[in-house]
Amino acid sequence: MHPNFDLSDCYTIQGKLALPYTYFAGSVGSIFLTTLRDRRKIMGIKCHTCGKVFVPPRQTCERCLEDIRDQWVELGDTGTLENFTVVRYADRHLPRRPPFVLGLIRLDGADTPLLHLVAGVVVDRVAEGLRVRAVFAAQPENTILGIDHFQPL
Amino acid sequence: MNRVAICAVAQIKNEPDIWYQRFQGMVLECFESIVRQTGVTFDMEQGIRNVVTCSDDVFDARTISDNAVTDVVGAHFRGEEKVAQDGLNALGYAAAAILSGHDDLILVMGHCKESQSESRLMNTNLAFDPFYCRPLGLDFLTAAALQARAYMRKAKLTEHHLAQVVMHARANGARNPYARDNPPVTETDVLTSPLLADPIRQLHAYPVTDWAAGMLLCCEERVHEFTEKPVWLTGFGSCMDSYFLGDRDLTGNFALKRAARRAYSMADIADPSTAFDLVELNDAYAYQLPLWAEGTGLTPEGSGGAWIESGLDRVNRSGGMLNGNPIMLGGLARALECALQLRGEAGERQVDGARRALAHGTTGAAGQHHAVLILER
Ligand SMILES: [Zn+2]
Repeated sequence: MHPNFDLSDCYTIQGKLALPYTYFAGSVGSIFLTTLRDRRKIMGIKCHTCGKVFVPPRQTCERCLEDIRDQWVELGDTGTLENFTVVRYADRHLPRRPPFVLGLIRLDGADTPLLHLVAGVVVDRVAEGLRVRAVFAAQPENTILGIDHFQPL
Repeated sequence: MNRVAICAVAQIKNEPDIWYQRFQGMVLECFESIVRQTGVTFDMEQGIRNVVTCSDDVFDARTISDNAVTDVVGAHFRGEEKVAQDGLNALGYAAAAILSGHDDLILVMGHCKESQSESRLMNTNLAFDPFYCRPLGLDFLTAAALQARAYMRKAKLTEHHLAQVVMHARANGARNPYARDNPPVTETDVLTSPLLADPIRQLHAYPVTDWAAGMLLCCEERVHEFTEKPVWLTGFGSCMDSYFLGDRDLTGNFALKRAARRAYSMADIADPSTAFDLVELNDAYAYQLPLWAEGTGLTPEGSGGAWIESGLDRVNRSGGMLNGNPIMLGGLARALECALQLRGEAGERQVDGARRALAHGTTGAAGQHHAVLILER
């Protein structure tokens, strides 16, 4: 489509949405995140009805609709890479410069794979089934970045 | 039972960057076209009393994004509801409003100008929670890449299959005057296109697109006032899957199967593989076309590769989302193509004698939410 009017006086302006927020992590999420930050332990939550162990944690089993908020189990800091992608573009929202690996890691003791970064390996050598270990952040972090990344065992 | 029909559709051409027109102007063109086609008025007794809009706050960079368009969609001084999901759900809302007897006539208007923000991907990163996913940079492309890898392995889908899907989209898009103008591609172009997030290459991903569209829906009793060629909406279903990618079976189409089952039971469809003269699936990425074909029951689970080899003749004649529609409006674009086909107004790409069609839409990362609409002449 071409505009059917003269564009010579048309102009665009630059703008930005940038609004600071304070997010409550939730009562269950707070325990998970502070345990990760302060004790360097990755906690899951187990549904005693179906036996499923969830991570990130949650208050209710989506299948059984059971309240599972107090049913914490400690997970290993090792796991298996089940799926991954090599991110090859740069953008402001990305935590690393490309190329880097984003993967779904099934932690030992968990049933739901956890999304995280995989580093310390040549990107073209990454494969499903890779055994990995969590590398915790050197500085305290209040999000899932309390784990800095996972790297091969 | 009361029935509901689409009486008119309107759209502007899908474009990479309509910098010279505000999205209000884009919508206004569609609105004026619908008024011209149908003679519909805004009389509070006989005219449009309720409008359903579809838009996204972050893409528009203003919250309550419908505030920006109420005057140019005729929603001034009357009912207006906004759908901040794929536009196929706006048709679902509108149909429900009519079938429930709430109103006779509903105008549906959608817009999205993806080109406005510096990065469409940064925009979709904001769809994720700030604790577990957003800090890792997850966006709709990387979420799709994880789904693509799992699905390609399961269905033994090759790069050649994906290239065929892309070439199909471009060839059909070239026959649709409202489709985004994209250069034709060869198989080699697709196979050697740069990787964005393995296994997704640049040409496997839908391009940044600006678009607006509208439709007028009406109850059966009054349909003759507005059109000779009503397109009946005979089935609708939607379903939301789990949020975390790790909670989902990324290749199992859980939500799409449920959405489709609901729509099929409403439309009395027993065998979807033979029920439709054409289907429009919302393929934001090339691998999604066969995956969604499995989820809608057009082909058995895991057979998406063979389904592509069978020719794709009556699939995405519009060019599909892969040829270029903005996010938010992919499903609305699918329904709009079905309506044109069922009215016999699809020009060079017309499926002769088309009587029944399926339109599909998705919202969220890697098809978290699906909607399915059945349209009949
Ligand atoms: Zn359970």
